[in-house]
Amino acid sequence: MIKKGLILLILVGFVTIISSLLINFKGNEELNPLARHYAEHGAAEVGAANLVTAVVVTYRGFDTLGEVTILFLAAAIVGFFLKVNNRDNEREASLRKTSEILITASTLLVPTIFMLGVYIFMNGHLTPGGGFQGGAVIATGMVLMIMAKPNVKFNHKLLAFLESVSGVGFVIIGVLGVLLAAGFLDNRILPLGNFGTLISAGAIPIIYVLIGLKVGSELTNILDSLKETQNEK
Amino acid sequence: MSIVLAIFLGLVILVLAVVAVHHKNLKVAIIATGVVGLFASVLFLLLAAPDVAMTEASIGSGLSTIIFFYVLNKIRQSND
Repeated sequence: MIKKGLILLILVGFVTIISSLLINFKGNEELNPLARHYAEHGAAEVGAANLVTAVVVTYRGFDTLGEVTILFLAAAIVGFFLKVNNRDNEREASLRKTSEILITASTLLVPTIFMLGVYIFMNGHLTPGGGFQGGAVIATGMVLMIMAKPNVKFNHKLLAFLESVSGVGFVIIGVLGVLLAAGFLDNRILPLGNFGTLISAGAIPIIYVLIGLKVGSELTNILDSLKETQNEK
Repeated sequence: MSIVLAIFLGLVILVLAVVAVHHKNLKVAIIATGVVGLFASVLFLLLAAPDVAMTEASIGSGLSTIIFFYVLNKIRQSND
């Protein structure tokens, strides 16, 4: 009884605190100075048609590097804790037979999904989407592949190679920005090009291709580690 | 029109979230979580955030659902 009373008291306290915030809330009629700078000068300074990408990759590029690092750590920790015993590797999982429809559909759909993912991260500076989204789409294609063929084996060396090369490449481009342009991860190390074309916005397409490959291979690695633990007894 | 759709989607998300927390069958709960992600991505699209909608659709409703199922299967195996 006392416990329930305390919970009620805490809830009422929350309501009073939050309701005072809610009553005094007024939506911004105009952009704040920082947002106005991005909106007015973003296209000229960065050259990316998708302003979200301009903010994510260039103005706030350091945060993106942090996010990529967090994802890398998560993938590394999953791989570390889900280490599979080697002797169990030989045993094939005795799963229910996959349906014929799924197998047939996956042969058509998996390459299409991969192509969509590559499209999303290559056009990250023009259309909505980018490295993270493209990489995640590629990983969902991998999910479909695993569901259709549960005993498929991935080439771990290739995945690890892709992941390391793209991570190191991202940092190298960032450092090149310090040496050749205004600062870390500045995209003007390459010419900005024509606004709105595929090869424009300086280093943003390269950075997004690297992020897309990195995210895709990391998420695939996580999925594969989880898949392999299913066989172990 | 789109505001009505947005409110409807928000209500559906709330109902499915309650289902995900309280349902006895864990499979149903996981599916409900995935559908919450799917509807949330449509909601983000209506609120003019296509970048976030893409991430939510692929990670929230695709990858996290399958990861939950792997973990559920694993927990069942070790409980047997």
